[in-house]
Amino acid sequence: MIQHESADASDPLLVADTLCKNYGRIAACRDISFSLYRGEVLAIVGESGSGKTTLLQLLSAQLAPSAGRVSYRMRDGIMRDLASLGEAERRFLFRTDWGYVHQDPAMGLRMAVSAGANVGERLMAVGWNNYRDIRNTACSWLERVEIDVDRIDDAPRTYSGGMRQRLQLARNLVTEPRLVFMDEPTGGLDVSVQARLLDLLRNLVNQLQLAAIVVTHDLAVARLLSHRIMVMKGGRVIESGLTDQVLDDPREPYTQLLVSSILPV
Amino acid sequence: MNTPAYNFAYLDEQTKRMIRRAILKAIAIPGYQVPFASREMPMPYGWGTGGVQVTAAILGPSDVLKVIDQGSDDTTNAISIRKFFEKTAGIATTTVTVDASVIQTRHRIPEAPLREGQVLVYQVPIPEPLRFLEPRETETRRMHALAEYGLMHVKLYEDIARFGQIATAYAYPVRVNARYVMDPSPTPKFDNPKMDHCPALQLFGAGREKRIYAIPPFTSVVSLDFEDHPFARYRFDAPCALCGAEDSYLDEIVTDDHGGRMFVCSDTGYCESRQRLGHRGTEPAAPHRESANDPA
Amino acid sequence: MTAMIELRDAEKTFTMHLQGGVELPVVRGVSFQVGAGECVVLSGPSGAGKSSILKMIYGNYRCDAGHIGIHHHGVKVDLATAEPRQVLKLRRDTIGYVSQFLRAVPRVAAIDVVAEPLIANGAARPFAREQAAWLLRCLNIPQRLWTLPPSTFSGGEQQRVNIARGFISELPILLLDEPTASLDAVNRAVVVDLIDEKKRAGVAMLAIVHDDEIRAAIADRVVDVTTFAASA
Repeated sequence: MIQHESADASDPLLVADTLCKNYGRIAACRDISFSLYRGEVLAIVGESGSGKTTLLQLLSAQLAPSAGRVSYRMRDGIMRDLASLGEAERRFLFRTDWGYVHQDPAMGLRMAVSAGANVGERLMAVGWNNYRDIRNTACSWLERVEIDVDRIDDAPRTYSGGMRQRLQLARNLVTEPRLVFMDEPTGGLDVSVQARLLDLLRNLVNQLQLAAIVVTHDLAVARLLSHRIMVMKGGRVIESGLTDQVLDDPREPYTQLLVSSILPV
Repeated sequence: MNTPAYNFAYLDEQTKRMIRRAILKAIAIPGYQVPFASREMPMPYGWGTGGVQVTAAILGPSDVLKVIDQGSDDTTNAISIRKFFEKTAGIATTTVTVDASVIQTRHRIPEAPLREGQVLVYQVPIPEPLRFLEPRETETRRMHALAEYGLMHVKLYEDIARFGQIATAYAYPVRVNARYVMDPSPTPKFDNPKMDHCPALQLFGAGREKRIYAIPPFTSVVSLDFEDHPFARYRFDAPCALCGAEDSYLDEIVTDDHGGRMFVCSDTGYCESRQRLGHRGTEPAAPHRESANDPA
Repeated sequence: MTAMIELRDAEKTFTMHLQGGVELPVVRGVSFQVGAGECVVLSGPSGAGKSSILKMIYGNYRCDAGHIGIHHHGVKVDLATAEPRQVLKLRRDTIGYVSQFLRAVPRVAAIDVVAEPLIANGAARPFAREQAAWLLRCLNIPQRLWTLPPSTFSGGEQQRVNIARGFISELPILLLDEPTASLDAVNRAVVVDLIDEKKRAGVAMLAIVHDDEIRAAIADRVVDVTTFAASA
C-alpha cells in the first residue's frame, strides 16, 4: 500500500501557474497563479462574469487553458501537469481523488437511480464487488450527511433540494478525495437549508482534512467555509489572502465595494 | 409468373464484403460493437434484419441453415427467414441443430451443444448494454473505450435493492474476454453459460442500430455479478411435459381457460429429437402446436 | 525573558476608496514587547488604534510597514510579511484571539463552539467537550444553554461563550479585546481569575480593557497607544 504523504503536508496539492483562458478576443481568465495545500479551503468570489466558474473548470481539468498550467500532486507524491494526463487518467482522478459539487444537484446525481446506488457508484467503478459492503458504506455515508437511512432505496427525484445537495456530497466523498471543487454549493437553497449544509461542509472539511476550492458570490459563505479567498473581477484576481483579512481589511477598491454592499440582516 | 433473379443470398457482393470486414473486426475485438452500413432489407427493422445480413454475408452454397425464433423452428418469423434463404440462396435447411452449419436465432441458444465449425448468428435489438442507464452515445462509447463499467454494477445493485436479487432475467450483461461488456441479446440468462468457451463462432447483428459484434470460439464469457450475489441460472422446476427433459429451458403454455398450463422445451428441435429417441413426458402433444415437419 | 510578541515600527493606514480615496492613518512607529507570563494592557481613548494593533498581531488586519515578531515553535516569525498559510499555522499553534463580539455560527451548540479549537487541533470530541463544559461552568453559563446555538443568547452570555472558546486551548499567546465589557461583577472576577491562571502557565497576554479596576487587577504593564498616533 502506498504510504500517504504525511510528511509532505508542506508540499502544495494543486498549483496554478499563470493560467489564462481566452474565447476569441475575450479573456475569461488572466494570469491566475496560486498554490493550494492539503486541508485548505480557498474561496473564489466575484460577481457574474468575473471568470470564477471558468477558473474552476480550468482547475478541475474540464477546460484546457489557453496559456499557463495546472499541476496536481497525485497520491504517489509526484506533481503532474493536468494537461499531460491521458483521458483515462483524468477521468479516474475525477472519480476517486477529486470531488465536484455542482450548484444544481441534479447535474451531479443520477436522478432515476436509488440514493444507495448513487453513493455506491464510485465504489463499483473502482472495483468493489460485494453488495453488502457497498450498501453498508453507502448507509454510513448517508448518516454522515444527515440523510435518513430509510431513504437509501429512494431515488433523488423524491428528495428535497437540500437532501439532494447532501446526497451529492456523499456521492463525491465516498472515495475519500483529497480535493473537492464546489460551484455555488448553497446556491438556490432556502436560507435555513443553506445553514445546515454549510455546517455539514465545515465539519466534513475538518474531519477529512479536505482541500477545497469553493466558487461563490456569497461572502458570508466564503467567510464561514474558507481559510483563504481570491476576489475576481474581469477575469483577474484583484485581491487575495486570508479570508478574514480580505473581508475585514479590504485593500482594493472593488473588494471594498463588495464588502460594503452586503445587506445587513 | 416472373421469378426475380437474386444474387446469392440476396445481398450484392460489395455489401457482403463490407459486412465481412465488419465481422473480421468484430472477431478481432471480442465483444466490441463494430458499426456497419446496414442495408435496407425486404423486412422492416425489428424483424431480424441484422441477423439476416450477417447470415447472408457468410452463407456459402454448401452450408446447411437452421433458423429458430424463441427456440422454435416453426414460428412465422423462423419460417419466413428460412424460406427467404431457401429462395435467394438455394441452400439446404434443417431443423436439427447438429446437422446445421449456420444457425440464425432470435433470443435463444439451442440446447444441443454446438461444435467447432458451426456459426451461431444472433438477432439483436439494442446492442448497447449501458443504453438504459446512460442514454448518451458519446458517453457509452467512452465508457467502453476506457473500460469504465461501474454503471453496469449500479444496475445490478438496483435490482438487489429493489427485489432482493438480481432480477434481470434476459439480456443479462456479460464480460467478454475479460475486456468488453456486452449484451448477449434478449436470450434468457439460463443460456449465458453456453456462451462461455463455446466451440462455435458466435456473431451478433443489429440491423436498426447498425452494429455487429462477435465472440470467437473458446473465448471467456463471464456473467456480471456481485461476489455475495453470484450469477445463478433460472429455470422452471419441472421436466418437459412432452419429452421429459430436465435440463432444457421451458416455455409455459396455457392449455385452457381455467389456469391449466404445461411446461415444454422452448427448443422445439431438441424436444423432437428426444421424442424420436423415445423419451416421453406426461403429455402426448402440446395443444395448438404444429410440428415443423407438418405440411405448410 | 523571551519576547513572545515584538513589534517594531509597525504602521497602519486605511485607504477608503469608496470615499474618494481618503487616507486614514491609524498608527505608526508601534514598538513594544510582550513576554511570557505577563499581561500588557493597551490604553488610550476610543479610535486611538488599540483594536487595530491587536488585529494586526492576529493577522486580521494587514500591517503596512514594520515588523511584528511572533515567537513560534522556538523561532521568531515576522507576521507582517508572512504567507497566509504561515498565519494560519500561527493561529493554530501560537496565537489565540478573543474578539469583542462573538461571531455566532448558525446551528452550532454553545458547547461545540467552545470545544472547536481543541477538536480542530486533533483532540477527541468527548475530551474537548469536557474541557468546554468546565469552562462554561466557571463562567456561569447554565447547563440547559450548552446545547443551544449562542445566537439567541444575551450579549453577556455570548461574550462568555467567546471567552471560553478563547481560553480553552493552551496557546502561548492570547490577545484579548475587551474581555469583560458586557459582564457583571461576578463574571468579571471569573475572567480575572482565568487570566491569572494563564499568566501562571506562562502565557503572554495583550489586552484592551476600559475598566480601571480590571486593568489594575490584570496589567503587569500598560502601553499608551497615543504615543503611536499617526500624525494627521
